[in-house]
Amino acid sequence: VILASQVWTQIFWTSAVAGGVLAGVPLMFTALGEAISERAGVLNIGLEGMMLAGAYCGFLGAYYGHTQWLGYLAGIGAGILASLIMVVLCVWLGLDQIVVGIAITLAGEGITSVLYQTRFSTSEPRLGSTPSNPIPGLDRIPILGKAINGQFPLFDQPLIVYLGVAFAVLLTWTFRRTNIGLNLRAAGEKPEALDAAGVSVVATRTYAVLATGALAGLGGAYLAIAGTGGFQPFLTQGQGYMAIVIAMLARGRPISVVVFSLMFGVALSLSTLLQLAGINLAPEVVNILPFAAIILALMLFARRAYLPPALALPYVRGAR
Amino acid sequence: VSENTATSAAIGVPPAPTGRSLRAERLLDVAIRSIVPVLLALVAGGILLLALGRNPLTFYGNIWTGGIANGSWQDSAIRMAPFLLIAAGLTLIFRANIWNLGYNGQFLLGAALVSGYAPSLLTAVPEWLAFTLLFLLAGSVGAAWTLVPAVLKAWYGTNEIITTLMMSFIGIDVASLLIKGPFHDPTTPLPQTAVIPLDKMLPSIPGTRIHIGLLVAFAMILVVHYMLTRTSWGLRLQIMGANPRAARHFGINLPRLIVTSFLASGFLIGLAATADIVGLWGYIRTGWNPAYGDTIIPFVFLARLNALAVVPFVAFFSVLSTGGDLAAQQANLPTDFLYLLVGLILLFMTVIEYLGRRRELGQTYLPPGLRQALQLRKAPS
Repeated sequence: VILASQVWTQIFWTSAVAGGVLAGVPLMFTALGEAISERAGVLNIGLEGMMLAGAYCGFLGAYYGHTQWLGYLAGIGAGILASLIMVVLCVWLGLDQIVVGIAITLAGEGITSVLYQTRFSTSEPRLGSTPSNPIPGLDRIPILGKAINGQFPLFDQPLIVYLGVAFAVLLTWTFRRTNIGLNLRAAGEKPEALDAAGVSVVATRTYAVLATGALAGLGGAYLAIAGTGGFQPFLTQGQGYMAIVIAMLARGRPISVVVFSLMFGVALSLSTLLQLAGINLAPEVVNILPFAAIILALMLFARRAYLPPALALPYVRGAR
Repeated sequence: VSENTATSAAIGVPPAPTGRSLRAERLLDVAIRSIVPVLLALVAGGILLLALGRNPLTFYGNIWTGGIANGSWQDSAIRMAPFLLIAAGLTLIFRANIWNLGYNGQFLLGAALVSGYAPSLLTAVPEWLAFTLLFLLAGSVGAAWTLVPAVLKAWYGTNEIITTLMMSFIGIDVASLLIKGPFHDPTTPLPQTAVIPLDKMLPSIPGTRIHIGLLVAFAMILVVHYMLTRTSWGLRLQIMGANPRAARHFGINLPRLIVTSFLASGFLIGLAATADIVGLWGYIRTGWNPAYGDTIIPFVFLARLNALAVVPFVAFFSVLSTGGDLAAQQANLPTDFLYLLVGLILLFMTVIEYLGRRRELGQTYLPPGLRQALQLRKAPS
């Protein structure tokens, strides 16, 4: 009955694509970061905290700098700063990655909430809408390209989104074809071999974790600037953890990360979508769907899930 | 003897074991390693308070006022009951080197079911039976919610951090659905369960306002400590935690051990939900997620995964969180400030732990890179 034709209009499909991309891009950036650090053997549980740091600073940058780019830069900076803790404690000193990750998440949640509420709790400022750049030609395609009702679908996105996808392609090439990529993978697969080859495991992992922080910060900043148009405490709502799952399910392959992130984005934006379609479903049911899908996928493909053998293990030269 | 120890310490050789003094020394060492991170975090938090234009002394003074003074220690003790039970559940599973991070979902599902069934159950059967059933109910629900991560880990080695977190998110939403649906109190439009009458709540310990859930919590702490230190199950659990490969060679049935430890952990976290609902709140509303476990984790580590040592730390945190509510309110700060403090404690703890481990090995406090850098800087002078 609900499947009446008026529901499945162009507007519906346009908002489906647009909502999915909008919710999926923060996941994409963050999960790309996690893919890098997982490949290098560092499990980054602190993504949630790094995203929040990036979101808050990104919001500050965009609010005071009056341009989204300053916001993204500030987000990247905050993410790198937060990941420095992880670099020093986990990569250099070899402390437990999970404990430090939890600490970063808790501290990130606490400090962003406190700073925001002490400074902006009465005003709760909003950011203006983000300008988007339609791709000439492709933006004429209905559903995928043409903006309707202020919803911006796949081929009419802010420049940063295209840059992110380009980065994923570049990353695939880096992993497959370059020495840097080989070093990164070796740091996660067999750090002893990398060390024996004369490449510093610690340096390789340091760069990987810093890149993760930058990307998680950027993901958070995008969420605040383009996603919600402002900051709120606990804005990320578990998206950092979701990014870890995406990186794991994608087995660290950047293109798969992009695809999975957009799929999760659609799942995240499903509740508004169903409302638009006139289907009355409790928001909880809709919220469960992406997580249930992950659990189901893990149950079905558990044997195929793959993680680098040296993941979450600190590297100490000469230790067995 | 003291001279002897001094020289041996100076040349970096551990002192010869001489009975009591060694034991006392080790105890002191452990105490320092546990308390210093907390102090450092409080100092760092104080600096941040100053930066925010608040007086840290007033803030910490208000924690004392709101958490200990004038009988408010009883409020702290009431809060301590669920904290202790969650700490017991986490201690047990962390000893096995398994990460059950799904405590929020396990707790809330238990809490939703308890608040849903408690009002009718408490009128239908004798109170002692009802309370027993409610504890068992939430415990079983908490345990059941760990089953999927446990089986996935036991059979396929799937990373339990991911699965428990996912199950936790699902559990929180299912709890919300239960509260809105079958357990909704029809007399109110608010999305909440029927309130348990005050005289039907868990009885208090005579002479106090503290409900007997705290006694249940202490009992469970003792049970967990006994299980971990005095039973073969506990020994097997620790062998698995220390070295799974060795455990397999030893003939330990790893999958079964993984599943049982998960179930026990979930059970204890479920008990925490019962203690909190029938002891303190009396009902549950959607959107309520205290996330106790998030802030308990650091203290479980500070106690070095020792079930008995957890008690003073959890007591400290109960005061910090009870008094922190008042202090944050007075200072016009969100209570999320406590998350920051707890995160800082965790960070300082890992650093102090690292330094302590190096000292134990007879090395200097400084990591090799830093030592080199300092020596380089010293060299010209």
